[in-house]
Amino acid sequence: MNRHAAALALSSICWFGAGLWLSLGADTAQAEKIVVSLSNHHVAINSNFSGEDLVLFGAVQPDTGAQLRDSYDVVVTATGPRQSYYTRRKARVLGIWVNVNSREFVGVPSYLTVLSNRHLTRIASPDDLRRLQIGLDNYLLPQRIGPDIADTVRDDPFRVAFVSIQGEDGLYTEDPVATTFITPNVFRVGVPIPSQIPTGAYDLDIKLFSGGSLLAQTKTTLDITKAGFEQYIANAARDHGLLYGLTTALLALLTGWIASVVFRRD
Amino acid sequence: MQIYLPIADLPLNVFLLFGMGLAVGFISGMFGIGGGFLMTPLLIFIGVPPAVSVASVASHIAASSFSGAIAYWRKRALDVALALMLLGGGILGTAAGVWLFTKLRALGQLDLMIGLSYVTLLSAVGGLMVYEGAGAILRTRRGLSPVQRRPGSHVWFHGLPLKMRFKRSKIYVSAIPVWSIGFLIGFIGAIMGIGGGFLLVPMLIYLLRVPTATVIGTSMVLTLVTMASATVMHAATNHQVDAVLAFILMVGGVIGAQFGARTGQKMRGERLRLLLGVLVLAVGLRFAYALVIEPDNLYSIRLLEGGL
Repeated sequence: MNRHAAALALSSICWFGAGLWLSLGADTAQAEKIVVSLSNHHVAINSNFSGEDLVLFGAVQPDTGAQLRDSYDVVVTATGPRQSYYTRRKARVLGIWVNVNSREFVGVPSYLTVLSNRHLTRIASPDDLRRLQIGLDNYLLPQRIGPDIADTVRDDPFRVAFVSIQGEDGLYTEDPVATTFITPNVFRVGVPIPSQIPTGAYDLDIKLFSGGSLLAQTKTTLDITKAGFEQYIANAARDHGLLYGLTTALLALLTGWIASVVFRRD
Repeated sequence: MQIYLPIADLPLNVFLLFGMGLAVGFISGMFGIGGGFLMTPLLIFIGVPPAVSVASVASHIAASSFSGAIAYWRKRALDVALALMLLGGGILGTAAGVWLFTKLRALGQLDLMIGLSYVTLLSAVGGLMVYEGAGAILRTRRGLSPVQRRPGSHVWFHGLPLKMRFKRSKIYVSAIPVWSIGFLIGFIGAIMGIGGGFLLVPMLIYLLRVPTATVIGTSMVLTLVTMASATVMHAATNHQVDAVLAFILMVGGVIGAQFGARTGQKMRGERLRLLLGVLVLAVGLRFAYALVIEPDNLYSIRLLEGGL
């Protein structure tokens, strides 16, 4: 299983590398680079956390001697820690609805958001989008199918259902207006952090396009952790289960006893 | 006011949770049941993961049944001897139930098994209780005794050995059916993830002929012990008990249980039984409806523990 996943990851890296080299190779005469800054590299989940919005600022810098182009496009792909999911489908059997078949999505991002300044299809050709894994339709979501692990066609019903259910919680989103250019070479991206966000390490991949070709890319990271009391409880539950359980049970008895004393009438 | 729940991993409204605790606590105190069969589906409905719901509800039930048990203890409406005998069977039954639960999970389709047993059990028990309760009320209307005490009627298990006298409940029965009932409740409770109070109450009333007055307090003691130990077991094995969620539910639950216990004592036994029957039947039918009606989304996703 791990070998399959590794082979898959390796092949996607190769594709990705080849794509990068091809696109960059075409434009060596005039090259840009992008610098970005995230408003906050660490999101702390405390007791009043109900989601928030981060802001990513970036600037396009032409190489010395080169000039800025007329227009740029920026696509930000943010991904959360990788996890595996079962997607199940129900069907009617003897009058009742039961899960009849399921697929396993192996090591897919728990959070996947694609933010751009206009619709993806106007930024690059469908082939390039596919090759660079840009957009929910094009991001590799490997499934275990028989003995193999592979991504399916984009309209595979299990894949569509998985993306749409993750989207209901704001975990898988695609926003073609989240990126705005403040000046021709400075942009601002609103990165939504929904309330049900999983904790862990996040990657933000920023790609710069112009006239349909990839010019430059950069990466930045983000950490989402529980803080304060929330962290204390989560750690206690994980590391000291028995003690935590006994404490909770005692708390229950204490609460019950206090109520009966407070409400005693006789 | 939203509060982030550290184990369930989502923010929920404190007042909504408190209100749910209050409402279920009231029902729990009134009928002497844990209320798990109401609270667990409610929590899942508002988005709490099922594993966290089942585990956290256990401690909520422990709190409200403890405060209820104290209230009944003060009114001397509690049979300690009977409760201890039931517990003996209950512990054995829980162990057997946990063992079967693990076996069933290895075979798959456990969710369907749980759904079907909810439907069958709740509808059957609720239906019987409604039938009996309505019959008793009709007899009272006609001026007859509400309870059909047939002095000569001996069920077969009244002939069993190891007879014991339970003074508070004014019954004289063999220990064997008492242990068997305890075992069955523990067994079903462990498989379905519920306290089993709604099954215990009618069994004590109809099979052992325990008076309604002592049934509720006694049932609460059994619920208290099984749910407190379930909390510890859930926390130690699958780490899914959310103490923050449980605490909010508990505070609402114990307050509700106090008022519920008083309301329950004021009501006549047969009316109380009819009401509980209607409630159990309604939940059972709701589960049946969910199984039969085409779901909004045929697909569902579930996180695989441990990731890749």
